[in-house]
Amino acid sequence: MELAKGLIAIGAGICMGIGAIGPAIGEGNAVGKALEGMARQPEVASTLRTNMILGCAITESTGIYSLVIALLLLFVF
Amino acid sequence: MDGVGNGPRVLVEFSFFGLFDVSISQTVLSSFLVMVVLLILSWRLGKGLQKRPTRRQVLVEKGVSILYDLVEDTMGKHNSRFTPFIGALFCSSVCGTLISLFGGVFRSTTADLSTTVTWALIVTVMVWYQNIKQNGFFGWLKGFTEPVAVMTPMNIISEIAQPISMSFRHFGNIAGGGVLTTLIYGALAAGSSLILSWVPNEIIRSIPFLQVGIPAFLSIYFDLFSGFIQALVFCMLTMVYVGAACPPPEETAA
Repeated sequence: MELAKGLIAIGAGICMGIGAIGPAIGEGNAVGKALEGMARQPEVASTLRTNMILGCAITESTGIYSLVIALLLLFVF
Repeated sequence: MDGVGNGPRVLVEFSFFGLFDVSISQTVLSSFLVMVVLLILSWRLGKGLQKRPTRRQVLVEKGVSILYDLVEDTMGKHNSRFTPFIGALFCSSVCGTLISLFGGVFRSTTADLSTTVTWALIVTVMVWYQNIKQNGFFGWLKGFTEPVAVMTPMNIISEIAQPISMSFRHFGNIAGGGVLTTLIYGALAAGSSLILSWVPNEIIRSIPFLQVGIPAFLSIYFDLFSGFIQALVFCMLTMVYVGAACPPPEETAA
């Protein structure tokens, strides 16, 4: 039983670890491009900001799915 | 660290006149409370509107006009009939998430999968209904083989993936935030007792000084910011999906 617990912990760690790479890169690009846009045209900064935040929240979802799976692994099994 | 990840507790169980037994969970309790609060608030704010608006009325009108502009920008002017639904969804999501700040027994309604999946299913049924009303039942079915017949399974999968992704995203953010806050809260307790371990006095050693400020910032990020953003994302996606299902009337008339 202890071995299973340990394997589950490793699984959850790997799941969250790998799941965090994708959204981080995606959001980094999104924020970078948005900042470039803001620097180029400061007058549309507000709409760029809201769209950037919305876009980041949506790209965040894959990371959140892996978080949910990791939490399920830890607390359910 | 047990009790960190478990879901909403069942508070009360009773049989409904012997027909079937009803169990009230924390989520049901806080969602009913949110409903009552929103009903009372909207009734009080909506009553007694005068030509010369009072300060309260100006604020309310500002809020409602922001909502209408948002819906009309996203879904087009012809779809502004959906504004009450979007507003209700947004308010119940934000209040549902923030209710967990008010005490132990109140758990965020959106931290429970049944809430977000219900909203996602409501939106999906709305989209299908509008689609069927727009192009008829077979038109809707034909829509699945849209670009080319081979794409049908892909379209069906993406149709199913929409509600799942919407509900899991909202639920995962709020529930994950809650679990992380609790875990860090426990870690801070251990950290502060570790730092104070050399103090001879028993009472001073037991003061969890690290727990004072830090969890507040965490909950500001997880509950306030991420709750608001998730409600906004959920409503934006709802508007986009429903808006796509009902194109402007002149397009069909032409």
